Amino acid sequence: MRLAILDSGHSLRTKVLFAFIRTVSRLPVPDAIKLNRYRPDFYGRPMRTLTQEAMRGPSAWSVGDRELMGAVVSQTNECEVCTKTHAGVAALAYGDESKVSAVLSDLETAAIEEPLRATLRMLRKLTREHAVNADDMRAVLSTGASRAQIEDALAVGFTFNTVDRLSRTFGWFVSGPKAFQAGAKFLLARGYG
Amino acid sequence: MSDINRTHKALVARILEGDGRASHAQRRAAFANAGLAGPLSTLIGKVATHAYQVMDEDIAAASTSGLSEDQIFELVVCAAIGQATRQYDSALAALDAATRRS
Repeated sequence: MRLAILDSGHSLRTKVLFAFIRTVSRLPVPDAIKLNRYRPDFYGRPMRTLTQEAMRGPSAWSVGDRELMGAVVSQTNECEVCTKTHAGVAALAYGDESKVSAVLSDLETAAIEEPLRATLRMLRKLTREHAVNADDMRAVLSTGASRAQIEDALAVGFTFNTVDRLSRTFGWFVSGPKAFQAGAKFLLARGYG
Repeated sequence: MSDINRTHKALVARILEGDGRASHAQRRAAFANAGLAGPLSTLIGKVATHAYQVMDEDIAAASTSGLSEDQIFELVVCAAIGQATRQYDSALAALDAATRRS
């Protein structure tokens, strides 16, 4: 990473935890974990609380839907690490890798429900243009998505619009397929808390 | 998901008002992407609007200008959360406007 403190400035206790993770997983510690565990009182702990609520808290959207939203926002932000990671979690959660690939290839033709498509379209515009308007929201509501569902989707959008920026700025390492697979399994089983 | 509003407020309050190595004024400026100068302004502007274009040189220039790595860490976090918050607030306002009229 571009800041040495994020690679090796952690407390001794955290370094022991990282050694344990490396031993058990036989993989490097992901940069996302290194960031979250660096001075966690400043950013990591409050952000993990928010992320767990957005991604695993009560919602009419499934876990797969919310992970797919994360992947689409990350794709829009050109964050390869986050796109691959969360596309992987969505594929596992849905039990359908082709559905996730189809959305990331072409949102307009993918075989998904219209409320989800319209929500993803709105999130993509919000991410790219930094703002949306009432007409954009009416378009989502007209497909049958509820106000609560849109609010939940916006919480996912906030999460990834934050993390993608940090990933690209700090220069997170893009690992191989084995590490992405392991990360996706971990996040589906354990969440973000 | 009303807990999100609470956790979001707690996150923003922590990074802007809690203890840190960068000054409160610098953290607020990074969050707002306004009122900064020199290499830090360039870095924070990129974080906010096109983070995929941040280069090693942007971090190095901020460092050469006298900021410690801890200060850069904090200010980048503030900038990322600041821009994501403006996006989030814009969308919530649009949702309010859409549901008020319908």
